[in-house]
Amino acid sequence: MDEFDVLYQEVILDHNKNPRNFGTLDPFTHKAVGHNPLCGDYVEIFLFIDGDTIKDVKFKGVGCAISKASASIMTTVLKGKKIEEVKDLFERYHTVLTSKPDEPVDVSNLGKLAVFAGVREFPVRVKCATLPWHTLMEALEKKDSVLKME
Amino acid sequence: MEKDLKALGIKVEKKKEFDVYLVRQDFPILHRTVRDKPLIYFDNAATTQKPKIVIDALVNYYTNLNSNIHRGVHYLSQAATTEYECARRIIKTFINAKHEEEIIYTRGATEAINLVAFSYGEAFLSEDDEVLISHMEHHSNIVPWQIICEKTGAKLKVIPIDDKGELILDEFDKLLSERTKIVSIVHISNSLGTINPIEYIIEKAHKVGAIVLVDGSQSIQHVPIDVQRLDCDFFVFSGHKIYGPTGIGVLYGKKDLLEKMPPYQGGGDMILSVSFEKTIYNVIPHKFEAGTPNIEGAIGLASAIRYVQNIGLDVIYDYEMELLNYATEKIKQIPEVKIIGNSKNKASLISFVVENVHPHDIGTLLDRDGIAVRTGHHCTEPVMRRFGIPATSRASFAFYNTFEEIDVFINSLKKIIVKFK
Repeated sequence: MDEFDVLYQEVILDHNKNPRNFGTLDPFTHKAVGHNPLCGDYVEIFLFIDGDTIKDVKFKGVGCAISKASASIMTTVLKGKKIEEVKDLFERYHTVLTSKPDEPVDVSNLGKLAVFAGVREFPVRVKCATLPWHTLMEALEKKDSVLKME
Repeated sequence: MEKDLKALGIKVEKKKEFDVYLVRQDFPILHRTVRDKPLIYFDNAATTQKPKIVIDALVNYYTNLNSNIHRGVHYLSQAATTEYECARRIIKTFINAKHEEEIIYTRGATEAINLVAFSYGEAFLSEDDEVLISHMEHHSNIVPWQIICEKTGAKLKVIPIDDKGELILDEFDKLLSERTKIVSIVHISNSLGTINPIEYIIEKAHKVGAIVLVDGSQSIQHVPIDVQRLDCDFFVFSGHKIYGPTGIGVLYGKKDLLEKMPPYQGGGDMILSVSFEKTIYNVIPHKFEAGTPNIEGAIGLASAIRYVQNIGLDVIYDYEMELLNYATEKIKQIPEVKIIGNSKNKASLISFVVENVHPHDIGTLLDRDGIAVRTGHHCTEPVMRRFGIPATSRASFAFYNTFEEIDVFINSLKKIIVKFK
């Protein structure tokens, strides 16, 4: 397996083809839109947060396999997690992805997200994998956002 | 046959032979590998590779000639000035400008457009005036006009394009009026490949008294340009698109227009005399060339132009059309692929989208096979929106590309499509 096979491994291709939690959430409490004008990637994240726990999450958008799989896998790990836990997880994920390719990294506490560790071999693609997460963080920051019924 | 005719004393016009493998010997980078595969460089619309003669010209300049130009009384300064001005003459002849001083060196096409927009636009545009561009412009031929329209109150109007990626000329005719002061139009689209009928546009625009700027960034390397025959008022291009160095470009402008335009930047070389009371500007072209210019860039560009002239742009055009037709046929046989930009007049580039595979994934996986293509919006976001797509993959060919390379590319593309099934 070379770095390209790692980047486009089966799990990622599968989530790209059959994204989980794809669609809109109604009702939702938090929402944010992420856009990478450089490649046209576009992602919308919908959250239903009760207290400090993410009860439900959905996403929609268009993008490359890496960004779509990243959004899809992200939604599968969020449900039931506390906001602080999610922020912690993003921190660890981000550190791994932005580390230099030859630096040793610890992916043991990344869970399912470990499949994206290979993205760091492709610096120009790191943004693809982090866009859904940055968008999620943006949605979480909107603390004052009221429940939107759409 | 040829011998017989010669024996009879009949002159035989021999079509120039074109040997791609011989030509490839001139480009050192084409002999390197990428990811252990021979490099297949299909990103020529972004920048072209440099023949050894251009690389040598740069090395020679810094090895033997380096000196600041103009006003130097010493040997090197005079030698460098001669080379720099000689380059201007070569460019003048190449695009058949009437006067040498109509050739202004810039950093590239972008700076050339900005120069016209800011100098000409700010001096001569006002409210009620209109600037006409097209829907297929590169951002560099949109944003400067937006800025200048904002400043002057002039309105920016856009010629629409159809589904094939061609200008809708009926709409152009309707948009054109006595309010139109500037038409700024791309000659060949960098994201669609369309060759625009600029002769028609120039003629029509002149009838209403508008001046025309032609963005030749994608045409200078593909088709012969004759600015006098075209009768365009401005023509801009970048050196690096025609096998020359980056950081050097050209603004051609009609002498009378350039003379009445105010300076774009102030500094050394663009003045005749300076005092705190009054500064007298230099004559063109120097009025627009403030500061120490890209001397080696100008010399390198001239050497690239001589190289292209030696092969012949007509020979280059014919061969590139063969490459385009071959690649188009091959790519059309893949059902998942859709070509964006299907004008009957196209330069040698193919923009395409693939069902269920994002251009960035295609770009990354082609790179695995040593194939360089560009993916993204190609600095033409309005074009992407017009076709309802976020991005395309673009394979753009130069005369040093081969049919075999296209085969490798097509096979690699097919493999990628299977992977995403």
